[in-house]
Amino acid sequence: MMEIIEQILNTLDTGSGFWNPLVWGTIILIAFIIGYTIRSFGKIGYKKGTEQTKPFLSGNIEGDKEKSHIKASNLYWGFTESLKGVYSSLTKIHNGNINDYILWFIVIMGIFFIVLVGVF
Amino acid sequence: MMDYLLTHAPALIIAVPLLGAFLTPLISRINDKLRNIFVILTLGLTTFLVFLLANDVFTNGIRTYVFGHAGDITLPIVRILFEIDGLNAFMAIIGCLLPLIAVIYSWSFIKENTGLDKYYTLILLMTAGMLGMMLTGDMFNFFVFLEITSISSAALVAFWTNKGKASVAAFKYIVISAIGALFVLFAVAILYGQYNALNMAVLANNMSYSFLDKIALVLLIAALAMKSGIVPMHMWLPDAYGRAPSSISIILIGTTQASLYGVLRVCFTLYGSNLTTQINQIGELLISPAVLIAILLIVLALATILVGVLMALKQTDLKRMIGYAAVAEIGFMVLAIGAAISTFQTNAQTGITTMSTTGMVALKGGIFHIINDALDIGLLFLVAGAIYYATKETSLNKLGGLARNMKYTTVLFLIGLFAVSGMPPMNGFASKLLIYESTYQINPILSIVAILSSILLLAVFVKVFHSVFLGPQQSSFKKVKEVPISMLIAMGAIACIIIIFGIFPDLILTNIVNPAAQALASNTPYITSVLGGI
Repeated sequence: MMEIIEQILNTLDTGSGFWNPLVWGTIILIAFIIGYTIRSFGKIGYKKGTEQTKPFLSGNIEGDKEKSHIKASNLYWGFTESLKGVYSSLTKIHNGNINDYILWFIVIMGIFFIVLVGVF
Repeated sequence: MMDYLLTHAPALIIAVPLLGAFLTPLISRINDKLRNIFVILTLGLTTFLVFLLANDVFTNGIRTYVFGHAGDITLPIVRILFEIDGLNAFMAIIGCLLPLIAVIYSWSFIKENTGLDKYYTLILLMTAGMLGMMLTGDMFNFFVFLEITSISSAALVAFWTNKGKASVAAFKYIVISAIGALFVLFAVAILYGQYNALNMAVLANNMSYSFLDKIALVLLIAALAMKSGIVPMHMWLPDAYGRAPSSISIILIGTTQASLYGVLRVCFTLYGSNLTTQINQIGELLISPAVLIAILLIVLALATILVGVLMALKQTDLKRMIGYAAVAEIGFMVLAIGAAISTFQTNAQTGITTMSTTGMVALKGGIFHIINDALDIGLLFLVAGAIYYATKETSLNKLGGLARNMKYTTVLFLIGLFAVSGMPPMNGFASKLLIYESTYQINPILSIVAILSSILLLAVFVKVFHSVFLGPQQSSFKKVKEVPISMLIAMGAIACIIIIFGIFPDLILTNIVNPAAQALASNTPYITSVLGGI
């Protein structure tokens, strides 16, 4: 029994480091308790359902909540825009044509042939 | 009774789902619920047998099972032989768990559809084929099981035939599978023509690494790599995973990994020490095949990770996005395998092939990641299915605010999100940490690319979390309800395994992953367990 418990609590040796989720979890728990304690020293002035809880929009009227949801296509726009070149070639490759799928297989097999069978 | 079951477990693991497949249409005529229970029990029994066998293999070493022959093994080996070492047992655990979870999930998920007798029959056939690939010790048998798996998988990808795109995806899948299988058969024929044998141990023992052997090696690696979804031969994968019902997508992960297992078996066991003792000449450069294969695999792995992640980031269809994430995850495994092969070396005096400590860590990381990938991506597919079940929608642009209506599904998605992105303390972190640290010692760039891609993978699923679950409630989804209990049980079971694997990584590594890694480190035990007594 002790052996099983010992095995369960064992630290994962990664060769040049280690990983023990139980130790990690304990540290996170301690950090959470410290954070929560500090938070409890704060002002208790929050009043639900008052002006306090409304979003601040520089005096503008709050728009329709449903329409304010940012759609997936708009997320990471900057990232995809800056990698436009990469994405344009990637999209070209992923054309959904089965002939091209097979062509890629032939290309990779050809490379393997050249390198491993030694057609030099 | 238990001894009898254990003795014949290798055969029963294939026979039970196979027999179940043929009985399912008959039972389906009696009652639908009875059929569902029958299928769950069939796969439950298969899982029990796999665990029984795996426990025996992990404790007592390699098991061989000769079909239709009770005595000692005699040459020439003409009978079908199953040889189960640590790696086979490890893969079989994945191969039985995924279908079992899928059929529990299917109880509610697929109940509105017609043709369910065929659906469950095909799942059982697919399971038999997949487990056959993972357990067989015979090359031709491997090809046969590969075909069984491919045909049943293609039919299941096209299960939603009312959606034209599913049929197109299935067509692509069957074309890719047929071509892959054809090249595997070609390679098997080359090996048989040379050695008059099909048994893997016999082939490994006689392997001379001739010109024809090299051709067979290329055909096997290329064909199985395509079936594993390695870039740039991955394009069928998001199509098939994305169009199949989610309950099938999760089993497809297992079939993909069965092909990856084939790559491992071919490189480490079939060719084994030949990859280090022989020398390839490229121009004036003399280099061992092991290093060449390692370089090729590492380059393909980096491409797989990067293309998978970048394409996933751009998708707006949830299931296609997870499909591309699955491609990236395969890259991590191949990277670890490539890194491990690069450290392969044979002692000139003893002739024994070994792997460096770094290589072993990489191999353990790669193998650990195989099961983690199956669980993490599997959970995400099931969550995607749950979202589709509740909303009939998979477009990320149309979804939103579902956390209000689907609290359990949201939590389960978060677990999958953290796990697949390699966030501590989930299982994905432990395996990725092993891969990062080992590849860093081989070349820091490999590790850097892997870590950055993992961060991008987190960004991908944060996008999903925001688009699907966060934000204000959408008027079209106001009446959406949480999914039925059977779907929650299936997703919850995977989530529990993910958390257990994450919190106790060393336990899993010591008991399940290490025997699998040891089985690959040297092919001598695999060969001697068949030929030792002859």
